[in-house]
Amino acid sequence: MSALLVIDRLSVRYDSRHVLRALSLEVASGEIVALMGPSGVGKSTALRAVAALQPFDDGRIVVDGFALAPGPVPPESRLVKLRRRVGLVFQAHALFAHLTALDNVTLALRHVLGQSRSDAEAVATKLLASLDVGARAAAWPSQLSGGEAQRVAIARALAPNPPLLLMDEPTAALDPARRGALGTTLRHLSKQGRGLLIATHDTEFARAHADRVVQLTV
Amino acid sequence: MIAARTLGVTGLALCLSTTLGAQGASRRELVWGGDAEGGAPFVEADPANPSRVRGFDVEVAERIARGLGGVRGGRGGPRTARFVQVQWSNIDQSVERGDFTLGLSGVEDTPVRRARHAVTIPYFEFREVLAVRPEDAGRIHDLADLRGRRVATLGATIAYDLLVASSDSTGLIPLSYDDDVHPYADLARGRVDAVLLDHIIAQRALRRSGGLAFVIVAQPVALGHYVGVLARADSALRDSVDAVLREAMRDGSLEQIFRRWDVWDPSQGALFERIVRSNTAAATGSTATSHVVAYLPSLARAAGVTALVSLLSMMLAVIVGLGLASSRVYGPVWLRVATTVYIELIRGTPLLLQLFVIYYGLAGVVRLPAFLAAVLALGLNYAAYEAEIYRGALEAVPRPQLEAARTLGLSELQILRLVRGPQALRFALAPMTNDFVALLKDSSLVSVITVVELTKETAIYATNVGSWVVPGALCAAIYLAMSLPLARLARRLERRWRPAA
Repeated sequence: MSALLVIDRLSVRYDSRHVLRALSLEVASGEIVALMGPSGVGKSTALRAVAALQPFDDGRIVVDGFALAPGPVPPESRLVKLRRRVGLVFQAHALFAHLTALDNVTLALRHVLGQSRSDAEAVATKLLASLDVGARAAAWPSQLSGGEAQRVAIARALAPNPPLLLMDEPTAALDPARRGALGTTLRHLSKQGRGLLIATHDTEFARAHADRVVQLTV
Repeated sequence: MIAARTLGVTGLALCLSTTLGAQGASRRELVWGGDAEGGAPFVEADPANPSRVRGFDVEVAERIARGLGGVRGGRGGPRTARFVQVQWSNIDQSVERGDFTLGLSGVEDTPVRRARHAVTIPYFEFREVLAVRPEDAGRIHDLADLRGRRVATLGATIAYDLLVASSDSTGLIPLSYDDDVHPYADLARGRVDAVLLDHIIAQRALRRSGGLAFVIVAQPVALGHYVGVLARADSALRDSVDAVLREAMRDGSLEQIFRRWDVWDPSQGALFERIVRSNTAAATGSTATSHVVAYLPSLARAAGVTALVSLLSMMLAVIVGLGLASSRVYGPVWLRVATTVYIELIRGTPLLLQLFVIYYGLAGVVRLPAFLAAVLALGLNYAAYEAEIYRGALEAVPRPQLEAARTLGLSELQILRLVRGPQALRFALAPMTNDFVALLKDSSLVSVITVVELTKETAIYATNVGSWVVPGALCAAIYLAMSLPLARLARRLERRWRPAA
């Protein structure tokens, strides 16, 4: 298995306090890795650094050959390759409130990949159906339940077809039955050859569905 | 007739005149109202003692007060005259309210005034004269020579009515000012081509300008008379005042007053002779019946001006406001500082001041037409408020959504256009509508730079009919007819864009 994501001695400091100290991990294609630890240990920070949403102070991040260096986040124009390789599902979903579920998914297809509206809608409809929210395509984000919103958010992140998917606390808003279903979905995605890095403090979920657990300690 | 007025001062003066007015007067006093902002030779603050007033109208009032003691109905003993300040255009309303007994301050004799109030015999004859720039003196001799030209005067006067009445036949463009100083200033600047006003005012303006700024056309356009005005119920007292005025015409005391103020001329002698001989009110005849219907077209036109000024100003405010807001949210530090300074400067100073600065203050650099100046001032003023609304709206879009858009590979511009902008617009819509309704009403301020919009037209209408009841109600109804649908539309759009939870 080749490493899709390499995090090498990643350190993030706020002021002079370490939020993250020398984190190293790898995620291979087709692998589900759970990043575990109590709240405030820097799980989300690690994901945000990989998605180039925040700067880091030391170490190195390489996503499928694209390297991020310490220092300020580069301008978006230099992150095009990274954006194609990494999808991020936020803990609070962060769906675009003014767009329907379908349009949340088609947005990147149309405006980043330049697909026509009908092509984008075909792809999005299929994606939503595969995540079992096909019937909710026309709904507004405010009309979706927590589980539905999460699956729409996954569909949105998957739409540009990134090989690496990051998820921040995906089980936070789910009941036990939904957690099982989510695990099935993740396994399905990894079988497609994607690498998944999942930040969670849900030991049970990690044990049941992850291939590997990386434990962060304070 | 009357000069430069400042809103605050006259408002205060009006309050004072109400509390200190005729109700509290002793029988020994004749309380009379005039506008000291009208200035010499009518009524002005005495330079030697600014708490007192002087002028020929002051002396006429004193002469009337003295005389009232000696005539029938005068309730015995000479009276003293006490002055209360009132805004010139409000003299009729104030005298009916009882703020004072006699209004005397270059008050014109008009049919409407005679129909509504107790009006004295005329005591002075004035000529409505044209003032033109020296280079036009050879070309312009009367109103007919002013086709397509802009002619300024004081609003709510015989002169303004004359201009409006002749605009159809002569094709001139009447412009109404709130004071009698700026028309001559704008004549000198070339903003207007002629000024039509009372000869006393024209001569005073000519003296002030050093005698060179313009030329007074010798042939008067019309004749008019100054009268005193009393409340309708005071017609008995009015008759006493008339008797005193006739006596003053006979004994030469009125002539002495006018000679002292250098406004005496042979036509006054002829007027006195006519009046003393006729023993009845000399001037104007038929009573004008002012139907509401007659004013509807001009009110509709003025409402159109209000709507157009508001609409164009709002469009300007939105465009400039968007620029300011994006500079403040996205711009480099120096641009953020610059826009903050602009916004605070505009929000921290009165719109009225900004109007004056843009129209009169900039006149030396660019001579903006009044309408354009009005749209600019209102638009640039409201842009500051819009900018703050847009900035708040942009910052109200949840940050995770912007980050999600970044991870999807959208550029900053795409994020603004596709994610942040549309949601910010939704947040901004309700406050924007409120601002537009406020702007609709603030647009009434532009009448100070000669744009006749709805409120100004209503004021003219109210002065003409001598009552604010019907004009005020009509005006309010028109404003509501414009603002209520707006509020409704906004609510509808909001519902459509904010789907049910």
